[in-house]
Amino acid sequence: MSGKVTNVLLVGVGGQGILLASEVLSEACMLAGFDVKKSEIHGMSQRGGSVVSHVRYGEEVFSPIVPEGEGDLLFGFELMESYRSLPLLRPGATVVANDLCIPPPSVLMGNEAYPEGLDQKIAQKFPDFILVDGLKLANEAGNPRAANTVLLGAVSKRLNLEERYWLEAIERMVPKKALEVNLKAFAAGRNL
Amino acid sequence: MKQILSGNEAIARGAHEAGVKVASAYPGTPSTEILENITRYPEIDAAWATNEKVALEVGIGASFGGARTLVTMKHVGVNVAADPLFTLSYTGVRGGLVLVTADDPELHSSQDEQDNRNYAKFAKVPMLEPSNSQECKDFTKLGFELSEKYDTPVLLRTTTRISHSKSIVELDDNVAQTPQTGLFKDPAKYVMLPGNARVRHKIVEERLVQLSQDAASMAVNRIEMRDTKVGVITAGVSYQYVREVLPEASVLKLGLVHPLPHDLIREFAGKVEKLFVVEELDPFIEEQVQAMGIEVTGKEILSLCGELTPGRLKQGFGLPASAESAVDKLPGRPPNMCPGCPHRGVFYTLNKLKAYVCGDIGCYTLGFMPPLSAMDSCICMGASIGMATGASKVVSPEERKKVVGVIGDSTFLHTGVNGLIDLVYNQSTATIIILDNRITAMTGRQENPGSGHTLMGEATNAIDFTMLCKAIGVKHVRTINPLDLAECEKVIKEEMERPEPSVIITDKPCVLIKTEGVFTKGDTLCVEEDACVGCRACLKIGCPAIEWVPDSGKKGKAKIDPLLCNGCDVCRQLCKFSAIGVAK
Ligand SMILES: Cc1ncc(C[n+]2csc(CCOP(=O)(O)OP(=O)(O)O)c2C)c(N)n1
Repeated sequence: MSGKVTNVLLVGVGGQGILLASEVLSEACMLAGFDVKKSEIHGMSQRGGSVVSHVRYGEEVFSPIVPEGEGDLLFGFELMESYRSLPLLRPGATVVANDLCIPPPSVLMGNEAYPEGLDQKIAQKFPDFILVDGLKLANEAGNPRAANTVLLGAVSKRLNLEERYWLEAIERMVPKKALEVNLKAFAAGRNL
Repeated sequence: MKQILSGNEAIARGAHEAGVKVASAYPGTPSTEILENITRYPEIDAAWATNEKVALEVGIGASFGGARTLVTMKHVGVNVAADPLFTLSYTGVRGGLVLVTADDPELHSSQDEQDNRNYAKFAKVPMLEPSNSQECKDFTKLGFELSEKYDTPVLLRTTTRISHSKSIVELDDNVAQTPQTGLFKDPAKYVMLPGNARVRHKIVEERLVQLSQDAASMAVNRIEMRDTKVGVITAGVSYQYVREVLPEASVLKLGLVHPLPHDLIREFAGKVEKLFVVEELDPFIEEQVQAMGIEVTGKEILSLCGELTPGRLKQGFGLPASAESAVDKLPGRPPNMCPGCPHRGVFYTLNKLKAYVCGDIGCYTLGFMPPLSAMDSCICMGASIGMATGASKVVSPEERKKVVGVIGDSTFLHTGVNGLIDLVYNQSTATIIILDNRITAMTGRQENPGSGHTLMGEATNAIDFTMLCKAIGVKHVRTINPLDLAECEKVIKEEMERPEPSVIITDKPCVLIKTEGVFTKGDTLCVEEDACVGCRACLKIGCPAIEWVPDSGKKGKAKIDPLLCNGCDVCRQLCKFSAIGVAK
C-alpha cells in the first residue's frame, strides 16, 4: 500500500468551515510523515456557492486535485453537495456526510424543491456510508460550532492516520479557548 | 523546518528569504493572499496600490532606488500594468524586480482566461513557472537573482491551482543580504526618450538571446528520462498532471518558460520517439517548438479552453477514464450576495425602474443574478462609467434616461475615476452610482483608499467621494441609504430623469467588515405567520435568509432564518401586510 495515494474530498457550502477542516486533515497527514497536497477554489465560491476541497496524501503526491472518479473518501458538510460530488468517487468509496440541508437560492425562492431521499440514494451507490448529525453531537459536546470537528472525528476513523496526529493537528490549528470543546467533539465523532 | 504552504504563502516566504524590501499589489483572485501573507514579515514595506499600474510603478521606483521589490496581481491586472511593464523591460532594474501574474484557467473567479505567458514574449522578459509550493518559494528567490544578473524584470506566473494549492515547503531561516538602497542617477538607462530607448532595445534583444542560451544549463529546466516512447515538454501544474497520468513518460520540465532553452528542447526531442507538449490554454510552447522545425503534438489532443485535470489529460491521450457514477440533476448553488448586503436594495430598485445598467466588477456583479436581474453589461474593472457615456451617445433622449453606471468603491478608485472625468468633460447625462461599502469585498475584504486603513491596518486618509466627484465637476452628487428602498427609488429616479451628469453614493458598509464600529447588525427580523398571506414580495430580493415554505398555510408562507438575518430591514419594507417584524 505504501505507493498508493489516498484521495479525500471535502464538500459543502461556502462559509461552512470546509477550509479549516481540510487544513487540520492535511496537517495531520504531514505530521504522520506523508507527502500531502491540498487544493481548493477561493473567491466567488465563498459567497454561498458550492465548495470542493481536495486533500491527497501518500509517499509522493503529484496532482493537487483528486483525479476524477478516484476519490477514496467523501467528507460532506451538506447533504445535496455530498450527493452532487459522488461522481468524483471510485466505486466502493467511503462517504461520511453531515445530516444537514442548506437550501440553495432556487429552493429559497420556491422555484424548486430540495431533493428528497438523498441519503438513501447515497447509501445505494456507496454502501460504506455514514450519516452524522454533526450539530446534535456538537451540542452534546458543549458547542454547536464544533459540528465540523465531530465530522472530522468520524472521518478520522476511516483514514489510515493514527489518532495522535489528528489530536496534534487540532491542537495546532484550533484556538486555545475552543480546544477542549473541539477535542470532545472529535472524540464523539470518532466513536461513531 | 517544514510547513504546508499555499503557493501564495510560499511566494511571500520566498520574498522574505530573498531580502525583499518593498511589496506592492492590487488584490485579485488568485493572487491576493501573497501580499496578505507578506504582512507577516515586518521588514517588508507592503501596501495595496490603487490599481495594478500604480502597483508596478511603485515597484519600479523602489527597484531604481536599489531595493528588491515584489509586485503581484491577477492575470487581467497585467493588462492594466502593461504600459509600465513594456518599457521597464527596456530600462531594466536596479534592485531585482519580480512581477507575479496569477492566471486563472477555467475562470474560477475571473472575466476571462487569458494566458499571460504571452506577456513574457510580448514584453521580452523572462518568465518562471513553478509547479508546486516549494518551487513557488524557490523560483521567487531565483527570480530576484535572474532579475539582477540579466538586468530585467522577471515574471513569475502561477495559476489558480498553484496559488491556491498547498504542499510541503522546506523553510530557510537565512535572509539574503541586499545592498544599501538610495537615490541613483543614470539617465541613459532610466529615462526612456527615443534616443535612449533605441539603445536599450538592442540590449533587450541581446539579453533574450543570452537568456535562451543560458537556459539550457539552468537547474530549473531538467530532462527526466524514463521510457523513450513518449516524451512530454511541460511546465507548471501541468507537470504534476503528466506525472500523475503518464508515470512512464520521459519529461522535459521547464521552470523557465520564456525564453525557451532551444538546445535542451532539441536534445530531448532527439531522445524520444514521439514528442508532446502538455500545457493549459494557448499553444505557447508548442508553437515555438514547431517553429524550431520539430514535430510535436499538443492542442490537437488538448483543449485551448479551461484548465487541465488528470481526467482531461487521460482523455487527450486516449487512456480509459475512471467510471463515474451518474447522479440526478440537482438545483444549482450559485454564489449570492450576503444577507443584509447593502448592494441588494440598489439592484432591486434598478430592476424596478427598468434601468439599462452598465455594470462593473465586484460583489455587486451578483446583481446580475435573478431575482435582482439588473445588470446589462460587465467587461472589466472601471468600464461601467465609460460604457454608460458611450451608450448615452447612441440612444434616443427617452432611452438615455435609462442609462445607469454602477461601480464599487474600490473599482471606482482603481480605474473608474478617469471614466467619470471623461463623462463630465464630455457632458454625458448618464447617472453613476458608486456603491461605497467601505471595502474591497469581492476579493476577501481588502482595505482601499476609501476605507481609511492601509494593508497593515494603520489609519490613513479616507477619500471623501462626494468632494472628489464635485471637484471633477459633477454638480449633482447625492448620498443615499441603500437599505431604505423608498429613498433609493426616489433619488435614483430623480437623477435618471435629470439631463445632466449625476452621481449617487451609497452609504452603508459591507456586512463582513470585522473592524469594530463599522458594520452593526440590525434587529433580527421574523415573519409573523398569521399575517403572511404568501404574496412572495419579500422573495424578490433573493436574500439567503428568507425561505419559501410551500406547505405552510394555503398558498405557502415565507420564513426568516434568525441565524442568517443581519437585520437590514429591506424585506420588511417590501411587505404590504406588515407580516415582518422584529424577532423576540
Ligand atoms: C484588473 C483587475 N484587477 C483585479 C480584479 C479582481 N477584482 C474583482 S472585483 C474587485 C474589487 C471589488 O471591490 P469593490 O469595487 O469595492 O466592490 P465590492 O466587491 O466591495 O462590492 C477586484 C479587486 C479584476 N477583476 N480586474
